[in-house]
Amino acid sequence: MIPAAFDYARATSVDEVLAALAADDGTQLIAGGHSLLPILKFRLADPSRLLDIAHLDALRGVHHKGGAARIGATTTYRELLDSAALRKSHPLIAEATSHIGDVQVRNRGTIGGGLAHADPASDMPAVMLALDASFTLQSKGGERAVPAREFFTGPFDTAMKSNELLTAIDVPALAKGSGSAYVSFDQAASGYALVGAAAVVALKGGKVTRADLAFTGLSENPFLTAGAKDLVGSDGGEAACSKVASACISGVEANDDIHASAAYRTHLAVVAARRALTTAVARSA
Amino acid sequence: MATLFGSGIRRREDPRLITGAATYTDDVKLHGMLYAAVLRSTYAHARLKKVDARAAKKAPGVVAVYTGADIQDKVNPVPCAWNVPDCDLKTPPHPLLAVDRVRYAGDGIAMVVADSRAAARDGMDLIDVDYEPSDVVVDPEKATQKGAPQLHDEVPSNIAFTWKVAGGDTGKAFKEAEAKVSLRIRQNRLLPTAIEPRAAVASYNKATGALTLWATSQNPHIHRFLCSVMLNIPEHHIRVISPEVGGGFGSKIPVYADEALVSYASIDLGKPVKWTEDRSENYKATIHGRDHVEFVELCGKKDGTVTGLRTKVYAALGAYASTAGPGVPTILHGLMYSGAYTIPNIDGTVYGVYTNTTPVDAYRGAGRPEATYLLERLMDRYAAEIGMDPVEVRRKNLIPADAFPYTVATGITYDSGNYQAALDKALGMLDYKAFRKEQAAARKKGRYLGVGVTTYTEICGLGPSQVAGAVGFGGGLYDSAIVRVYPTGVVRVYIGGKPHGQGEETTFAQIVADEFGLPVENVEVVAGDTESTPQGWGTYGSRTTAVCGSAVKVAAQRVKEKAKKVAAHLLEANEDDLEWKDEKFVVRGSPDQAKTFGDVAVMANVAWNLPEGVEPGLEATAFFDPSNFVYPFGTHICTVEVDTETGVVDILRYIAVDDCGPQINPMIVEGQVHGGVIQGVGEAMQEVAVYDEDGQLLTGTMMDYAVPKASQMPELEVAHTTTPTDVNPLGVKGVGETGTIASVPTVVNAVCDALAPLGVTHIDKPLTPARVWQAIQEAKGGAS
Repeated sequence: MIPAAFDYARATSVDEVLAALAADDGTQLIAGGHSLLPILKFRLADPSRLLDIAHLDALRGVHHKGGAARIGATTTYRELLDSAALRKSHPLIAEATSHIGDVQVRNRGTIGGGLAHADPASDMPAVMLALDASFTLQSKGGERAVPAREFFTGPFDTAMKSNELLTAIDVPALAKGSGSAYVSFDQAASGYALVGAAAVVALKGGKVTRADLAFTGLSENPFLTAGAKDLVGSDGGEAACSKVASACISGVEANDDIHASAAYRTHLAVVAARRALTTAVARSA
Repeated sequence: MATLFGSGIRRREDPRLITGAATYTDDVKLHGMLYAAVLRSTYAHARLKKVDARAAKKAPGVVAVYTGADIQDKVNPVPCAWNVPDCDLKTPPHPLLAVDRVRYAGDGIAMVVADSRAAARDGMDLIDVDYEPSDVVVDPEKATQKGAPQLHDEVPSNIAFTWKVAGGDTGKAFKEAEAKVSLRIRQNRLLPTAIEPRAAVASYNKATGALTLWATSQNPHIHRFLCSVMLNIPEHHIRVISPEVGGGFGSKIPVYADEALVSYASIDLGKPVKWTEDRSENYKATIHGRDHVEFVELCGKKDGTVTGLRTKVYAALGAYASTAGPGVPTILHGLMYSGAYTIPNIDGTVYGVYTNTTPVDAYRGAGRPEATYLLERLMDRYAAEIGMDPVEVRRKNLIPADAFPYTVATGITYDSGNYQAALDKALGMLDYKAFRKEQAAARKKGRYLGVGVTTYTEICGLGPSQVAGAVGFGGGLYDSAIVRVYPTGVVRVYIGGKPHGQGEETTFAQIVADEFGLPVENVEVVAGDTESTPQGWGTYGSRTTAVCGSAVKVAAQRVKEKAKKVAAHLLEANEDDLEWKDEKFVVRGSPDQAKTFGDVAVMANVAWNLPEGVEPGLEATAFFDPSNFVYPFGTHICTVEVDTETGVVDILRYIAVDDCGPQINPMIVEGQVHGGVIQGVGEAMQEVAVYDEDGQLLTGTMMDYAVPKASQMPELEVAHTTTPTDVNPLGVKGVGETGTIASVPTVVNAVCDALAPLGVTHIDKPLTPARVWQAIQEAKGGAS
């Protein structure tokens, strides 16, 4: 587990990072390093230089404006869990974050690093899809916002360009009467989700007004289900959630590996979806 | 009199382990030291057409590269040291580095030596290997079938041995049986996963011809002997130091090519050479455990009496016979087929099979977990077949407490036991009847609760050396101790065993301190250096306390006998008039006339005034060879709830009642039980090494191989009964492996019990949610 030789530098500013990305000189950014270092040690990548952005204050922290949250990309999972304001505004994030790795991983790992790495079985993408978050990508030329729902383009692949830096995650405010839940079945060794389902619902006057449901681990990419919308207008009861859960995985090509067959994953997805939806509805009260 | 024996004092080795101050093999740094990396085959089976190291030799920092062709005439193959007799055992040579053929993904091809670990690793990438792939077989049953790829030309059908064990008339028993059950069992292959991977540092002194080898070894004397064989160096010129060892679980018993390779390089280059495995390499190049395909049957009467057991076992040896490989699925497995029961007729056949996989050797329990598992699964199946409670079936067949010593049908004699007492205690802790009621009530509500009960015994405290010789073990199984008393009355104990987590630095000090009336701090236990410790046979097979601890006891008694002579002389009393009282030698009836052990230690060591004929000094050596193995036993109970929708198993309670005789340190015993049970629960619930058809290890990292985590494991409720053995002076039995041996069937039986109403009769471990769900679907006859 010895990586190939590389240079290492600590970035002093965001501008320095953007310049390095623009130069396209084999520099690889490192924040928490919990995904990158194993890749280097397995020699699956051999960047000439690691540029460390973990300590850049400009990229770190949780800030609220009304009920909306802006999360700096190098905010650690530990910091997410420690943010009482975030727990209040978006409890779904804390719920999913507590599933991520172990104490050491949560202390070092960053939300932006995880999202940019785009592991198809990691927890956070499903959460961001369900919350309809938006990602700020900066480059030397400027800045753009990409909705989470357009960000995850393939396994370990995103809409980010090679000269772009993920700087912040914007999570819109939840309407009054919202509820959310994250349900995952973990692979025992890695802790990654065999299947994870994130649900966000809102109810008004006993009727569902919002229903967003996203999966991770199920197929080659985390995705938002179209079918969850069918819950809108219903009473959000067990039967309605169950029906939506069963319908929303139709046509999905589930992953099949030594840990779970496609049939089992598909089945788990229905269970996770139903449990996430019913729990979210219960929490909306 | 204050006694330390039986006292749960804290482990004295822990502070240095916990604070990171301990020295492991990889911590050894020597002047001018070079670093080695071993290039390993990426193919599971291939002809080596070319191994070209020219570019690697020119790489920056690289000092030397050795290939199989370079060294084949200068070293000997890795020996197999357990040549089990009467089974036509074939152990084809296992070269230190492959010469013309590789037989598993991980087989060594070349070793790079460089001035840094990174340079050695970089150099590996520059070796050009041309493979001509051959067909691969990874399943031990399939490997014996017609047309299977052949690993070794001299081993037809890949069958390394056919070993049989028989007692009674099993054919007749099955013919006359009122009921019988059968199972096909897959014993999952396991990766031992010691936290510390293997490492070796060799330093050869050209001037003296002496080799010092630091190695991650559970048995440095065995390493000395076998390295001598591989390297053609006389044994007295090899010093093996096994410093702190971070777990072994059997995987650091064998000698490996790597230890000889660094030694060879050090001799060749005249410099110290270090090699340290990384985790991925550990998973490929360090032995694996278990991996059987078993066809097993049990028969008996409808009243619950079990009359016969028959087995046919295909046991994987991997690509080559590892050090103890052939002994594990035979002597340590088949001889235990009777378990805790009076099964009069037993007939077992074990095929040892070469497959294109990492060699298989001893892993915690080594053969006995497999035996206990198949028997306990069959007992539950048998109970279901005849409609009897599984506890009652067990009770009916348990060896009676008054029948010991008891010879079972496989021919071995159990030393002592009271199985019923342990069973009753465990059942009481659970309140078995209440649980059965709760289970019935839950089922009505669609909840699936289950209970598994295992009554086990196992063979450990290996063992009488005469038996070792008779069963082909390439060494003795006695052990040894030197008890050396310094002039100031402090004591060092040099032992032949090599504890690596089991706590004997504490428990052996307790034995000696008790004997001499000293505070435990005044006694230090030294292990792991062949230069200072007497010939011993290592720490495995739950043998160190029972065998080496007995040597410690005997040596301490010898010291005390001499001390008594000296004390009598100093007190001008007759030796027979002295008694050991209040931690002193006292003249009977004259409590003022007394000598402490410290008083005697001074005089014995300065020798100013010794009785006639008594030599100066105060130390003794003992070699203890037990008259029999020891057979700890107990009952484990597990209760579970299964979420039948997802297959997720929740362990509700886990109860372990074990009997290892008198406990020297109950806290350490409890720790051993905890560790053992957790390893067994890991085996039962989540651990499995998976190869694909091409012989690639798909569980090659901890991202895919599910070592148990604390958060995944149940709380344990541990209790004991105490039945001494008479085969050693301490009365103790081993307890390092009982947890693993007992827990695997306990958990699986509990899950199968929970799912019985759904028609599930057996699920092959590990019981991952995916497998449990699949079994439920199949029982329902539904789609997979």
